[in-house]
Amino acid sequence: MIEVEHLCKTFTVSRRDAGMKQALGALFRREKETIRALDDVSFRIEDGEMVGYIGPNGAGKSSTIKVMSGILTPDSGNCRINGLVPWKQRKEHVSRIGVVFGSRSQLWWDIPVTDSFALLRDIYRIPDDVYHKNLSRLTEMLSLQQILRTPARQLSLGQRMRCEIAASLLHDPAVLFLDEPTIGLDAVSKLAVRDFIRQLNREKATTIILTTHDMQDIEALAGRIILIGKGKILMDGDTGQLSRQLSPSRTVRVSVRRFADIPLPQGVQLIEKRGEEGGQLIFSVDTEKVPIPQLISLLSAHLEMYDLSVENVSMDELVLSLYRKYQI
Amino acid sequence: MKLYFHYLSLHIRERMEYKKSFLLNLIGQFLGSFSAFLSVCFMFSRFHTVQGFTFSQVLLSFSVVLMAFSLSECFFRGFDVFSTMIGNGEFDRVLVRPRSTVFLVICSKLQLDRLSRMLQALVMLGYALPRCGVEWTLPRVGVLIMMIGCGMVVFCCLFICGATLSFFTIESIEIINIFTDGAREFGAYPFAVYGKGVLRLLTFVVPLACFQYWPMLWLMQPDSPLFYAFCPLLSLLFVIPVSLLWRLGVRKYCSTGS
Repeated sequence: MIEVEHLCKTFTVSRRDAGMKQALGALFRREKETIRALDDVSFRIEDGEMVGYIGPNGAGKSSTIKVMSGILTPDSGNCRINGLVPWKQRKEHVSRIGVVFGSRSQLWWDIPVTDSFALLRDIYRIPDDVYHKNLSRLTEMLSLQQILRTPARQLSLGQRMRCEIAASLLHDPAVLFLDEPTIGLDAVSKLAVRDFIRQLNREKATTIILTTHDMQDIEALAGRIILIGKGKILMDGDTGQLSRQLSPSRTVRVSVRRFADIPLPQGVQLIEKRGEEGGQLIFSVDTEKVPIPQLISLLSAHLEMYDLSVENVSMDELVLSLYRKYQI
Repeated sequence: MKLYFHYLSLHIRERMEYKKSFLLNLIGQFLGSFSAFLSVCFMFSRFHTVQGFTFSQVLLSFSVVLMAFSLSECFFRGFDVFSTMIGNGEFDRVLVRPRSTVFLVICSKLQLDRLSRMLQALVMLGYALPRCGVEWTLPRVGVLIMMIGCGMVVFCCLFICGATLSFFTIESIEIINIFTDGAREFGAYPFAVYGKGVLRLLTFVVPLACFQYWPMLWLMQPDSPLFYAFCPLLSLLFVIPVSLLWRLGVRKYCSTGS
């Protein structure tokens, strides 16, 4: 279980204008600014949960992850992960967690991946039988057979990310932190990584905390979202509830052979009309006022339709509207 | 210790990926060290005493300092590039491993090329010991080993000290090099050469003289107090403030944006 209470962390950032004169001036007198990276952050995550931690750049996502993984010491506040305080009982704590930084590699650049793994076995003091069992399981799940004997520098980004994830799981961590695990990956690799994460969570009940800017990640993986902006937790809830609460509207597209006038009830708006005689009509529907089935029967009574689709608001738009709502 | 050798073997394997560069480096280092040795020989052939210290005393001080320095350099030089580890976020990785941070930093950058410097120090020591006019009895050999061992620890502490500063400045600061590379150079002479003030500084603040000048006196002059022989052990106290400083640094560590 992860308990985070009233976490605060400030950084001092010095600023100056561009140019030589300003650079020299900055030697003597600096404009300093204190940034509250984390401002009274609190949440709880139960064992086996999969949580998406989102927010715009610079919102405090990484800082939170770094505090939880024992890298940063907060100014104040409390954090307990399975009973341990990360920055106080660092060694004990980190032997039970796995951390994947999407943009930083933990593999040795010039030597085969297996050698990197063998070193991790010694670092984490993993018993031989456990190591071999985990390695063969991870090799199979992430299909690493071919690439384990290649030096990391010759791997593609997708292959490397799969190895990174395997490297973070060799010691059976109870909690896995993923900091932008799909950054820069192609569609196939993204799917592979997501599938694996889901499977891991299901089979081993590993608690997974995921930061990402890829909303498909969140959609595919996280049952729960925590939104952070300017160092504050703005929202914490499950994804389905979120989309219902935020936007009851749907987009309905119909293709018709011949246009006709339809008496539109309140809550339905015609947004666009494509084509001359017949073509496509796009409506926006407030589902709280007009349920989708009711609209469909209304449309089919007046029009000869040959195609119809109902579109949900995408996760991206959802998050955008969240950012807008909280002005971050 | 097993883990240390594991790291070592990985570093060797990694270096072997670029065989030519490794070989050239080794040769270059060896030639470089050899020229340093020659310059010492020339120096000794011109001067016979420096401020009342005999040739043999200078020889002994120099070889002890060099040996201690090379040993610590071989293992602890990783702290030299510590500021880049902080700059590029590699230190984050170190912090999420269940091992001592100091140990992992040491292991992350083992510089095998430095082995040739060690060779040079061994040659110096081999040259100096029979010629410095000390009759090598068992206790004296013991004191010599203590000098080199404690000297190594002091240099290690200095490397760590310099690295710790980069927690606060992000960039590395050259000031500590006065006491590391600098000490190797001016450690060629017994530290008393530089006057009382410097000797005091190097005894009580940065205990370089504790493993060089004082025990050397005991080795050279049999009538000096026995206490001098145990001075190297005193220098070990330096570990305490340095480890406190390191811990403070880790706590202050800000990481980099991600």
